[in-house]
Amino acid sequence: MASHAQPVTDSTTTRPVQFKIWRGDASGGAFEQYTARVTGGMVVLDCIHQVQAEQVPDLACRWNCKAGKCGSCSAEINGKPALMCMTRMDTLPTDQPVTVEPLRAFPSIRDLVTDVSWNYEVKKKITPFTPRKPDRPDGTWTMYQEDIERTQEFRKCIECFLCQDVCHVLRDHHKHDEFIGPRFLVNIAALEMHPLDVADRIADLKDRDGIGYCNIGKCCTKVCPESITITDNAIIPLKERVVDEFYDPITRLLRIFRSK
Amino acid sequence: MSIPEAIVHEHDVIVIGAGGAGLRAAIEASATGAKVAVICKSLLGKAHTVMAEGGMAAAMGHVDDRDNWEVHFADTMRGGGYLNNWVMAEHHAKEAPDRVRELEAWGAVFDRTKDGRILQRHFGGHRYQRLAHVGDRTGLEMIRTLQDHGIHQGLDVYMEMTVIALLRSGGRIAGVLGYDRERGRLRVWRAGAVILATGGIGKAYRITSNSWEYTGDGQSLAYEAGAEIMDMEFIQFHPTGMVWPPSVRGLLVTEGVRGEGGALRNSEGRRFMWDDIPEAYKNQVAADEEEAWRYVCGDKNAQRPPELLTRDHVARCINREVKAGRGSPHGGVFLDIAWIKSRVPNGEEYIKKKLPSMYHQFMQLAGVDITREAMEVGPTTHYCMGGVRVDGDTQMSSVPGLFAAGEVAAGLHGANRLGGNSLSDLVVFGRRAGESAARWAKEHGAAPVDNAQVESETARALAPFDRLNGENPYAIQSDLQNVMQRLVGMVRVQSELEEALGHIASLRARAANCGVVGHREYNPGWHTAIDLRNLLLVSEMITKSALLRPESRGGHFREDFPLRSEECTGFNLVASRADDGSMNIQRRQRPPIRADLQAIIERMK
Repeated sequence: MASHAQPVTDSTTTRPVQFKIWRGDASGGAFEQYTARVTGGMVVLDCIHQVQAEQVPDLACRWNCKAGKCGSCSAEINGKPALMCMTRMDTLPTDQPVTVEPLRAFPSIRDLVTDVSWNYEVKKKITPFTPRKPDRPDGTWTMYQEDIERTQEFRKCIECFLCQDVCHVLRDHHKHDEFIGPRFLVNIAALEMHPLDVADRIADLKDRDGIGYCNIGKCCTKVCPESITITDNAIIPLKERVVDEFYDPITRLLRIFRSK
Repeated sequence: MSIPEAIVHEHDVIVIGAGGAGLRAAIEASATGAKVAVICKSLLGKAHTVMAEGGMAAAMGHVDDRDNWEVHFADTMRGGGYLNNWVMAEHHAKEAPDRVRELEAWGAVFDRTKDGRILQRHFGGHRYQRLAHVGDRTGLEMIRTLQDHGIHQGLDVYMEMTVIALLRSGGRIAGVLGYDRERGRLRVWRAGAVILATGGIGKAYRITSNSWEYTGDGQSLAYEAGAEIMDMEFIQFHPTGMVWPPSVRGLLVTEGVRGEGGALRNSEGRRFMWDDIPEAYKNQVAADEEEAWRYVCGDKNAQRPPELLTRDHVARCINREVKAGRGSPHGGVFLDIAWIKSRVPNGEEYIKKKLPSMYHQFMQLAGVDITREAMEVGPTTHYCMGGVRVDGDTQMSSVPGLFAAGEVAAGLHGANRLGGNSLSDLVVFGRRAGESAARWAKEHGAAPVDNAQVESETARALAPFDRLNGENPYAIQSDLQNVMQRLVGMVRVQSELEEALGHIASLRARAANCGVVGHREYNPGWHTAIDLRNLLLVSEMITKSALLRPESRGGHFREDFPLRSEECTGFNLVASRADDGSMNIQRRQRPPIRADLQAIIERMK
């Protein structure tokens, strides 16, 4: 029998913690200072809720599951993109105010809420799952566990868009029209490495999706709350497929012959 | 007269809610050629379905070939205390396997058996290994699959909307009134048919596994539109929610932990679930720990561990241990999966592989390593068996043109839902609702919208802005949660239920004077004020229904009537609005079950 858990922090005492929360909308805004009462085990989202319920009922934020499963409460906490519901207060220094601001790679709607609709538009353009013919007469397929582990890793994505937020191509260079960002490279990797899928998205990756913009800085991998190895397992193999398809001399030669 | 300042949309079918049921309904309606819109409260892909963990029950027989729809049907009826709508239980058991295979054809990647088929796991109340799953994130897999399939079906999706009212014309449905949260603009969706897929009511309670969206919207909207709401006394308290730290109290700990061999122990280290085995399951429980472990490992001759009895029973046993002073330090009991390391080679990795998000959740939020330590768990409000009363074949409510599917609908689960029967419910009845609604809309066309109703409902929704010194709606919601948790929780008694009704009445009076500060653009205070009306309505339904069922069964336990009453097997309780606006709860006699289905139940006893 396992040993029984002891609390790692004291949940009975309460201490005041200062917060600087960004308030504003598309026309501009500023940090405003609030105080939350913090007890052991609390996360940043608890503090935002407390401020909302007791001090500023119109403080706008998104949240759903409060369990790191839906990816709604993405924000920048002390400048670092993170889920508010999974960031424990006892991991943050509290000798200075904790800053909470919206994702900066997307337009502001109000306070901590940003307009992430671009992501939904990008997803629509990706060639959907296209399975091979069923393996059995009853319309089902055979797949082995070892063949699906990779795509299952990518399918853990909760679409919190933290990787999109931290990606310099989107955040600093605003290439939203030319680059789909790490989330959707993972999305394409999940489809391309799905054992049943037969569609080809490699030409799109090169031309429309702008995979070349990624210079494998791995910032996306570092912020992923699901610990998906975005760069190494998704983006680099996709880059290799693009290279094999379009830049490999033998393939290019074959392409010239085929096109004739 | 024109509709005041509202943006008007025209569709054949409107689906409210974008969880598993809503998306599946929309896909089906759209496939028939109907013009379909989905209205959702959050962003697409964030609905409560993402939190479903353990799996989706379907008698495919991949792991145990003794399984078939008849066994699944009998399990569902037994688990539901025989108050289920047996038409729905039959459809569900028969159609669930096709719905699983369909998800695979749309790209879902379920965990596999050694021979490359969809793997199935054990769960409480299911006789055989029946749950198709993806680790402990099956709900995410379902919602993402439906979302990614659905966006290519030509659906219009309206995200972050609040629905204020269902619009009626004569006796039938005519559309939906709501507003977009981003700008606070009013919108009218005219439609031939409306499908409610809005989920449950968990936010009526203090301790719940449910997200903020679960405020009883569909049940309340339907009730106000004249529909009948059934079985609201049956609330499922999931036995294993987190109890510490306080900020995550109620967060779900999947039944999959017990399915993989997790043991419930009290402070004395005793596996207390063996102390009380219900009569209906006495032939289905292992004699000792050895047999229980063999069952977990798939031995077909072994019976289940008592931890895998139905949720209502397990929750009550935990409650009993805590009340008797044998609980854990933070008021729960211990759930121990780490012990299986003595049985499984490389056990630490095995646990992480089988229960990745549980490992993550406890490590990150509680500082507990579940591969080494026991979890502390206790009951949490999880699911509402009751909801909109629907026709078992078409999912249409008592209001023509208004349909319901998923948690918001009543019937399939009776007095208690089996784990894993929810995800299958969503897609089986989502599909049926989508098909029926599209057909109904085609046959009946659109109906004129009543502008007077739009005006009065709009005025009601905007009224909190006029009360500049009105009470903060968050405070009222919080007080309501405390009342429901304390007086209408797992163990109920007449005097406390009556006391709760008094509190609900005074909370309603306070809510009528609540105020909202700021403007209409993305204002959570306003959204809370709207949610509050729905929460008050469903709380009243739950409490009144609980008073009128003098017995204990499934998710309804009366301390003053602790036994099941045969007389009470004969009826369901149905809430509807009386002409004077008051809530009317009536006993509705149950139709006699079809003889062939009764024979199945008898055979499986």
